[in-house]
This record gives sequence, C-alpha cells and structure tokens, in this order.
Amino acid sequence: MMRFLIPLVVFVVLVGFLWKGLALNPGEVPTPLLNKPAPAFSLQELKNTGQKISPANLRGKVWLLNVWASWCVSCREEHPVLLRFSKTGEVPIYGLNYKDNRADAMRWLQQFGNPYVVSGFDADGQVGIDYGVYGVPETYVIDRDGIIRHKHIGPITVDVWQNEIMPIVRKLKG
Amino acid sequence: MIPEIGHFALIVALCMALVQGTLPLVGAARGIPRWMALARPVAQGQFVFVAISFICLTYAFIHSDFSVLYVAEHSNADLPLIYRIAGVWGGHEGSLLLWILMLTIWMLAVTVFSRHLPEEMVARVLGVMGLVAVGFNSFILFTSDPFERLLPAAASGQDLNPLLQDPGLAIHPPMLYMGYVGFSVAFAFAIAALLGGKLDATWARWSRPWTTVAWMFLTCGIALGSWWSYYELGWGGWWFWDPVENASFMPWLVGTALIHSLAVTEKRGSFKSWTVLLAIFAFSLSLLGTFLVRSGVLTSVHSFASDPKRGLFILIFLVVVVGSSLMLYAWRAPKVGLGGSFALLSRESLLLANNVLFTTAAGTVLLGTLAPLIVDALVAVGILGPTNKISVGAPYFNLVFVPIMAVAIFFLGVGPVAKWKKAELPELAARGRWAGISAVIVAVIMPFLLGHWSWLVSLGILMAFWIIFTVGHSLWERLHRSRSDRGWWGRFAGLPKSFLGMQLAHFGVAIFILGVTVIGGYETGKDVKMDIGDTVEVGGYTFRFDGVMDTSGPNYQASRGIIKVFKDGLPVMELNPEKRVYHVQRQPTTEAAIDSGFFRHLFVALGEPVGNGSWSVRVYYKPLVSWIWLGCVLMALGGLLAISDRRYRTLARKQREMLLSGAEQKLPGAHPNPAMTRAEVKS
Repeated sequence: MMRFLIPLVVFVVLVGFLWKGLALNPGEVPTPLLNKPAPAFSLQELKNTGQKISPANLRGKVWLLNVWASWCVSCREEHPVLLRFSKTGEVPIYGLNYKDNRADAMRWLQQFGNPYVVSGFDADGQVGIDYGVYGVPETYVIDRDGIIRHKHIGPITVDVWQNEIMPIVRKLKG
Repeated sequence: MIPEIGHFALIVALCMALVQGTLPLVGAARGIPRWMALARPVAQGQFVFVAISFICLTYAFIHSDFSVLYVAEHSNADLPLIYRIAGVWGGHEGSLLLWILMLTIWMLAVTVFSRHLPEEMVARVLGVMGLVAVGFNSFILFTSDPFERLLPAAASGQDLNPLLQDPGLAIHPPMLYMGYVGFSVAFAFAIAALLGGKLDATWARWSRPWTTVAWMFLTCGIALGSWWSYYELGWGGWWFWDPVENASFMPWLVGTALIHSLAVTEKRGSFKSWTVLLAIFAFSLSLLGTFLVRSGVLTSVHSFASDPKRGLFILIFLVVVVGSSLMLYAWRAPKVGLGGSFALLSRESLLLANNVLFTTAAGTVLLGTLAPLIVDALVAVGILGPTNKISVGAPYFNLVFVPIMAVAIFFLGVGPVAKWKKAELPELAARGRWAGISAVIVAVIMPFLLGHWSWLVSLGILMAFWIIFTVGHSLWERLHRSRSDRGWWGRFAGLPKSFLGMQLAHFGVAIFILGVTVIGGYETGKDVKMDIGDTVEVGGYTFRFDGVMDTSGPNYQASRGIIKVFKDGLPVMELNPEKRVYHVQRQPTTEAAIDSGFFRHLFVALGEPVGNGSWSVRVYYKPLVSWIWLGCVLMALGGLLAISDRRYRTLARKQREMLLSGAEQKLPGAHPNPAMTRAEVKS
C-alpha cells in the first residue's frame, strides 16, 4: 500500500523547500548600491536651514546614514538604541529625515533626544529614492572613500548594533 | 484596560482550545461520554472569549487608542469610522485575530447544526478544530500579539495603508477568511472519519453542505479581491497571478474538486480515499496560503510586514497539521475499501477526470507560485548555478492553466448528463450532439459580429456556449420528462434544488468565461497626454478632458479630473477619476472613474500631471467585464441553492428519529437500494 504514502512524501519535499526558503531570509533585499559609491546629495539641514549636508564633506571618516521620520513607529523602537550608542562616539550617525514635516521632526527630536550629528531634510524623498530606500528605518554603513559597505533594513536593536553594524565599522576603521 | 481584557480573553480562549483539542478526542477513542460531551460547551465558550477579544481590539480602533502599538501602526484619528473598523484586519496581528474569530464562528455553527450527528463524530470534529485553534491561538499570543502596548502613547497613528481604504477591501478579508477557514470543517470531518474508521456515504453527506458553504464564501472573497484590484490599482486588470492571489485560488480549485468528489462519495460510495485526501489538501492549501502571505518567503504586491520567526512558527504548525493528517491517511486509507464499481465511461469516471484536472491545475499554480523559492533553494545548496531571483508571471500561468481548464470545461458539459455506473457512448453523443454543434456554430460566427476573429476568442466562446447549451438541454429534458400536470413554472419549481444549484453554478462558469474572453479580445484603451479641451475616441465614445480641480477628503487631498463623455456628439455623462494623496503615509492612490453598464465599462484613470494643466490619462472601453464577477456570484448562488435542497433537512430529521428510536445506523447511500439509484439517475 505504498501509494497511500505518496502524498506524505511529496509534502516532505515541499517542506524542505519552504524551510530552506525561510532560512534564506528574503527580507534581506540586496541593495544594488552595495560596494558602490554612496549617491551624492546636498540637502538642507533639518535644524539649520542655512547649512547643507553632503556625503562629499564626510570623506575620510566611517559614518552611518540612518533614514528616519517622525511618522514612523519602528523608528521610535530603534531610537533609544541609537541614542545610547551615539554617546559612545564610536561612529558618527547622520540622519536622513525622510518625507517628513519639518516642525514634526524637530519636535520629535526634542521629545526623544537627538542621536544625530546632523540630519538632512529630504521632504520629497528624492534622496531616499536615489538610495533605494525600501522602508523606514534603514541604515547604511559608509566607509572613508564614500562607498556603501552595508545596509540594514528595519529597526536597529542592541543585538544588531553589536553583532552586525559594529564589527563592520571596526573593520573599516582598521 | 480594554486591551488587557482582550489579551486576557485570548489567553482564556487558548486554554479552552487546549481542553477542546484533547479531552473530547480521548473521550471518543475510549468511549467516555462525559468527556465527549465537553466538546460543544467548550467550543461555544471559546467563541465567546475570542469574540470578546476581537471586540476589545475593535474598541481600541474606534476610540483611536494609540497606546496600542498595532492601532498606532494601522489607524489614525482622521480615518473615517468604517476604515477604523476595517483597520482591525488591516495588518498581520489583527488579520490573524480575524482568522481565529472565523474559526470559532465555524465551530459554533458545528455545535448548532450537528444535533443529528452521533456524539462521537461531534466530539472528534470539534476536537480536531480545537487543535487547529490551539495552533493559531498560540501563534497570535507568542509571536503576533495585537494588544502590545506602546508607551508613551503615540500622538497620532501611522494610518491604514491607503490602498486598503476602500469599501471593497473592507469586506474582502472577512469573506476570504470565512472561506479559507471554512475548509477546516471539511478537514475536521475527514480526520474524524479517519480516526473513527467510518468513511462512508453518510460521512460525505454530512460534510457536503459545510464544504459548499465554505466554497461559496471563498468564491465571493476571491471575486471581491479581483474586483478591488480592478478599480483600485488603476490599470484595470482583474487578475495578476500574484502569489497572494494564487494562495487563495489554490484552495478554491481543490475545494471545487472536493465538492464534486463528495457528490460521488455520497451517491455512490466511491472515491472515498480520494475525497478524504482532497479534504486534507483543501485545508492544507489554506494553511500554506497563510504561510506564504505571513512569512514573507515570497515577495508580492500584498507584502505585509513579515518576520522570519513567524514564518518558522507557521511552517512548524503546517508540518504538524498536514504531516500528521497525511500519516493518518497513509495508515487508515488502505482499509477504507473501494465502494461501488463503475465503468470506464460513467458519471463517476467523468467526475474523476474533472477532479484530476482541477487538482492538476492547483498543482501547476502551486509550482508556479513556489518556483522562485524552489530555484533559490536549489541555488543555495549548489544544484543550480547562481542566477537571479526568477519570477514566474502571467504567461506561464495562462499557458498551462487555460488548456487544463478547456478540457475540464468539456467534461463539465458531458458529466451531468452521463449515467452513474455505466454510460453508453452513443447515447451520450446523441444527447450532447445538438449542444456541441450549436456551440461550434456560435463560436465560428460570433467573433465576426463582435469585431474581428481570433482563435482564442473563438475557443472561449465555444467553451461558454458548450456549457450554456448543455445546461439548457438538460433543463429542457428534465422539464419535458416531468409528468407533473402543473405548468412549466410549476415543473421548474419542482425540480430538486441541488440539480438547479448545479446548473446555475455551471451557467455562472459560462458567464465568467464570456466575460474573460470578450474583455481579452475586444478591450480597447488609450494612454494619452491630454491638454484641457483635448478629446480622445475610444470604443465609440468621445472623451473630453476639462481639466483637474483640487478637492479633499477626511484624510486625503485629491486632484479630481473632469472628463465629459460624448456619444454621437451628445453628452452622456461626466467621469471624475481621482489621484489621492493621503496625509499620513503620503502614498498616492489612483481612484479610477468607472461607468459600469451591463455590457461594458468605461474606465478612466488619471496618470501624472505633465505640466501646464495637462495630464496623462488612461481611457479604456471594457466590454462585458462585469460578467467576470457576475459569473462568480452565480457560482456562489448555485452553491446556496444546492445546500437548500430538501434532502439535507429530511435526512437530518430521519437520522434524528432513527437515533432516538435506537435503531442501527444504516443510512441510504452507503448501500444504495434500487429505488434510490433510479431516483439518482435523474439528479
């Protein structure tokens, strides 16, 4: 009566593929910009409208670009983590305030604290499009030569910071 | 406080599910009446607590309680009330809560409509459903708690995805889930029968109405989803073979096969192991659908927030449920026996052929849906070379799906007129001859009348009219043979409801095919840049663009186009397509303006502004497009008619009387007596 086992066998094979599919973590959308120069931009600073922020001025240091917005609930989740680690001064975090309202964003930083050296104000999301922002929050690790070396999608947790981001930053710093 | 009550109610529900999933099953195995008797009250209690939990979440949405994380993520104070309610199932956590609410509603229905069933059967059915509830309840509580707090509370919510702010989509998920989850009843009946070792015609008769109702909901749910994507996504397609659409379509295909297979098992006692297997498959595919949508293993336009941890949980759950069912099947099915024999050409064999075709169709959809995943996995283990992620699109599905369905449609015409047990080819040919010839004539001529001739259109029309003529023929035969001296209407009304239901559903298939065929062959449309005052001619209508004005809704701003439509130089209507931008998520949505007539839709959507007041505008003339959904509605109504058949009620009564009189349970159907068989040849 082997034929009654056929459905079970087919199912087991199917589960094998599904399990493998899960392990592959498709949430890790590869960015086409990985190991490519970070797209240039020149944005008004969020607080100081007279100042501009541009990656070209950050050549020579390893830095993080963190995409955030006041309307983003997950950003509030990662905010305390960023705040805590920004104080160690190991790596400067620059913000990209994405598709936001200036007043809301300022109030947000006032209320929850500011982990960013400065934030660029990307009201229409044009810079976000250049970087291929997939969802907020996102974080890019950019090296001394202005090359994107890593991209993290979703909120940064203590674990992600210590075991994913910092090892790369330390390696880049040599 | 309210969210905590909701959370607590869910925990109570889980405890009750644990009781329901164990004691009645053990009771049924060991013959302990008191344990079996627990099934009904516990299931009802579980419904009450899940309902409380659901109401609590709805309350948090209505009152915009942004201290609840899920509410803050999916609602906003400016959101109109109906979408604040629909927001409850606008995300992952809430839609799972809806899933489990549906499951308990089905359980409640089983407790109410199972008075005539033996206690053992009820205990087993509810026990199996209880186990399913344990799985989903713990999934919610351990990985996707909708009541999680956000402290301090958010000042305002992140808003519901603008695409979901639509009446069609507000009712689409409940309908679809009702169907998905409804197959759990057929599944529970199948497992109960395997456990009890009693797989017979009686079992088929019990599970048939449940399957049909679930199938009806699923049909409506899929149709609603298709209708929504037609008018909301702005490019006027009605089906995209998107993984999430496929996830709902596979259970439908298998469910359709199951309905037909159950008919054979009920009437003739055949196909028992096959029917059980289909019942297991239908529910497994519902679970698989949930896995695909919720785990994010496949990317889709529907992509909800996905999380690999959740994916792993569902996968384990899937393995436990499906794996154990299939093991039980492999163990018990060999002892089931074959049932009534039938000839190579008979209604049984034709139904079997149709079932195989439907299952194959579901298999090809499954393969196409999982292909990207399978390729990735093969690349990962090094069997295939590294390639890019592949995506299997509409061309694949149309190529494999249409031929399979064409053959199935042919059998659809023949099956209902073939005799049970043994049919004669000459007789079948004689009965189908006129329908076949007429359908061919219509298929050759009609495309010319519609505009231009093409093979695909001709084939579609052939299939549709083959169904219409065979349905008409068998109705006419029935009416003609009826010896009743009542008038034609009286005779018509006297036909069995299950027969009429079948014919109506099949007629719905024909209407659906006509819609699909004609829209595929004769749709015309233009994508043009229009200045103010420009006109464009599509499908015999002239569309004049009179500019765009700004307008606003409760939580969005919109540009509303003004388009005047003329026919033969006379103004007939004004269409107002909108381009909306919602305040919170800043995501633009397209609200097409559709003038829906019975024979055609005029479809206008705004593209992008291209400067100086001119816009890109999409204008379509879509003949018969509404027939696609009309066909689905007719199929569902056919199902409704079939379950209203008198025989389910009279049988239920007879069974109850028999049980009361303590008679041995031997029911007609298991061993059909000659009188019964004669009656059934007609149905």
